Amino acid sequence: MTDAARHPPFPQAARVALADSQLRHNLGHATHTIRAKRAEVVAEVPDWEQLREAGRALKERVLRHLDHYLLELESAVRAAGGEVHWARDAEEGNRIVGDIVAAHGVDEVVKSKSLTTEETKLNEALAERGIRAWETDLAQLIIQLGDDMPSHILVPAIHKNRAQIRELFMSKLDDVPPDLSDDPRELAETARRHLRKLFLNTRVGISGVNFAVAETGTVSVVESEGNGRMCTTLPEVLISVMGIEKIVPAWQDLEVYMQLLPRSSTAERMNPYTSLWTGVSEGDGPREFHLVLLDNGRTNVLADQTGRQALNCIRCSACLNVCPVYERTGGHAYGSTYPGPIGAILTPLLSGLEDAGSLPYASSLCGACYEVCPVKINIPEVLVHLRHQAVQRSAAAGGWRGRLSGERLAMRAMARVFANRRLYEAAQRSGRLAQWPLVHGGKIERLPGPLAGWSSMRDLPPVPRQSFRDWWRNRS
Amino acid sequence: MSAARDEILARVRSALADVPAAEQPDDVVVARDYRTSDDRPRDELVALLCARLIDYKAQVRQVAAAEVGDAVSQACAEMGLRRVVVADALPAQWLPGGVEVVADRPEPGAAPGASGLSASELDEIDGAVTGCAAAIAETGTIVLDGGGRCGRRAITLVPDNHICVVGEDQVVGLVPEAIARLAPAVGDRGVPVTLISGPSASSDIELTRVEGVHGPRNLLVLIAR
Repeated sequence: MTDAARHPPFPQAARVALADSQLRHNLGHATHTIRAKRAEVVAEVPDWEQLREAGRALKERVLRHLDHYLLELESAVRAAGGEVHWARDAEEGNRIVGDIVAAHGVDEVVKSKSLTTEETKLNEALAERGIRAWETDLAQLIIQLGDDMPSHILVPAIHKNRAQIRELFMSKLDDVPPDLSDDPRELAETARRHLRKLFLNTRVGISGVNFAVAETGTVSVVESEGNGRMCTTLPEVLISVMGIEKIVPAWQDLEVYMQLLPRSSTAERMNPYTSLWTGVSEGDGPREFHLVLLDNGRTNVLADQTGRQALNCIRCSACLNVCPVYERTGGHAYGSTYPGPIGAILTPLLSGLEDAGSLPYASSLCGACYEVCPVKINIPEVLVHLRHQAVQRSAAAGGWRGRLSGERLAMRAMARVFANRRLYEAAQRSGRLAQWPLVHGGKIERLPGPLAGWSSMRDLPPVPRQSFRDWWRNRS
Repeated sequence: MSAARDEILARVRSALADVPAAEQPDDVVVARDYRTSDDRPRDELVALLCARLIDYKAQVRQVAAAEVGDAVSQACAEMGLRRVVVADALPAQWLPGGVEVVADRPEPGAAPGASGLSASELDEIDGAVTGCAAAIAETGTIVLDGGGRCGRRAITLVPDNHICVVGEDQVVGLVPEAIARLAPAVGDRGVPVTLISGPSASSDIELTRVEGVHGPRNLLVLIAR
């Protein structure tokens, strides 16, 4: 069962989140701060639109020829001394990683932040085999210690405040000074001391992948804290797990994404650390490198010609920070590894509408996400496309009842009326007459009968006394 | 090959049934009409690099090329470093005085492919002195390519201080220029590359920026002119 299937539908989960004033405060602060900073650093780049278009086009090239690039990547990584593994789904991916770890006889691994292994629930799968995976990104550590779920792609623990994090460290870490304050500096220092021992002594590291270059076999991790560098350089064995869509064709193409990603994500000109490695290097870093190529629903997304563009995503989180819905509900309400606008399309595309059918509606279709997307994913277009599929699904699933549902019949009737000028004008005239008992103070706040649900959340403007067409006809 | 590999490739091909069989990857047009070179005068690029480094909490000094060694020694003294590790091929005239200098070389007689200092040994060292492969002015980025003067990746990661010497001819304006410079070494030898922009940082707690989480707390860049 997928996450989305275990999780309540979005409207229900959103209601809970909206009642949490601490959450709304933290999120409002975070999204507005990053949003403003992003706008500043993007405005510095005179060729931003050209970079966006190149970023989009390169992903289109990769996706339309994904089989070619997967094979090219595989042979380049092998030629550089790495091993390549293929995983059809989460379970297979987790088994491959677990087998490699077990083969080295260790029961502890260090892990840098990876949404893909969050998606596959790798830590839980390793725990079942008696392997402890330590999250080393500060926010991921906070999530892990609290047995919590990430609520934002970039800052996963943004729903927690400093006092809560201090509490967590006091109760869950054994080497914490009793007078630890809730100053973020001190908290980060505590995490540093705790993790350093692990970094120096752990023989197997696990990472995600931001970009994998098919041409050279180069794999990259983009980060800020240095935990990614620790995980990818200090252990003897490195296992990196990537979705099959994370490929870029050539080394040169990094020049595009290394400009788009940092500015869109952390709103920096460049993130503190980017590691790019090619197989294994003699005398420097791990002696063994394993790259796991994961499908887990991505080929379903690829098969959807409208939805395919969702695989352009470079996980920057710019769409979360501008989304009026995400800003208020936070990430947990989406019930998925991928929250916000991108999650609202990616989750149902990956795991099917039966599990995540409410997510395409978690949007006002305002289009802000499309405007900021560094790889130009037309999220509103995909949302509407998925809504259409959801409606067709429920109609098909409901048999004759589904086909004759009130909403469906009303939409059919409306489509007929809107398509015919005479019917449309007649409807306007009769609406003008019929609406008078409903209009109060220039708006309709409550509709009768089965339409009441629609007006419980919004007001409707009344049909005006004179329509534009009437005015046009009668103008002198 | 594995069944998973065959099946994933088959799924990909069936998902791409709409792509004409004759279409080649390069048929998908990618316009590279973004900036790929910055021909501002060197002084301007160096000034921009300095400003961008400082903006992200690195320290910067411009020094005469002949005085790099003195500048490194002085920096070590100011930062309170007693033992520093240096990149294997660091020019002799850049070596600091007044501190214990530890070379990062495998023990004599070690197996081929052996590394230099272990991570635990590096943890006992106060700082690292390296050169770089390039520096990007617009983003305030130091580029290390894992060889020669740049040192092994671990030496600029585990110790708490990093002193990096940048030759003024290594300064480029834009990201694409640095990527192009690295292409031969990555393509031919698969060298590991690290892009460094300021000291290690995190904003994970209430978006408050904290420097020095896991990587070096202090980054000092000496621009040799």
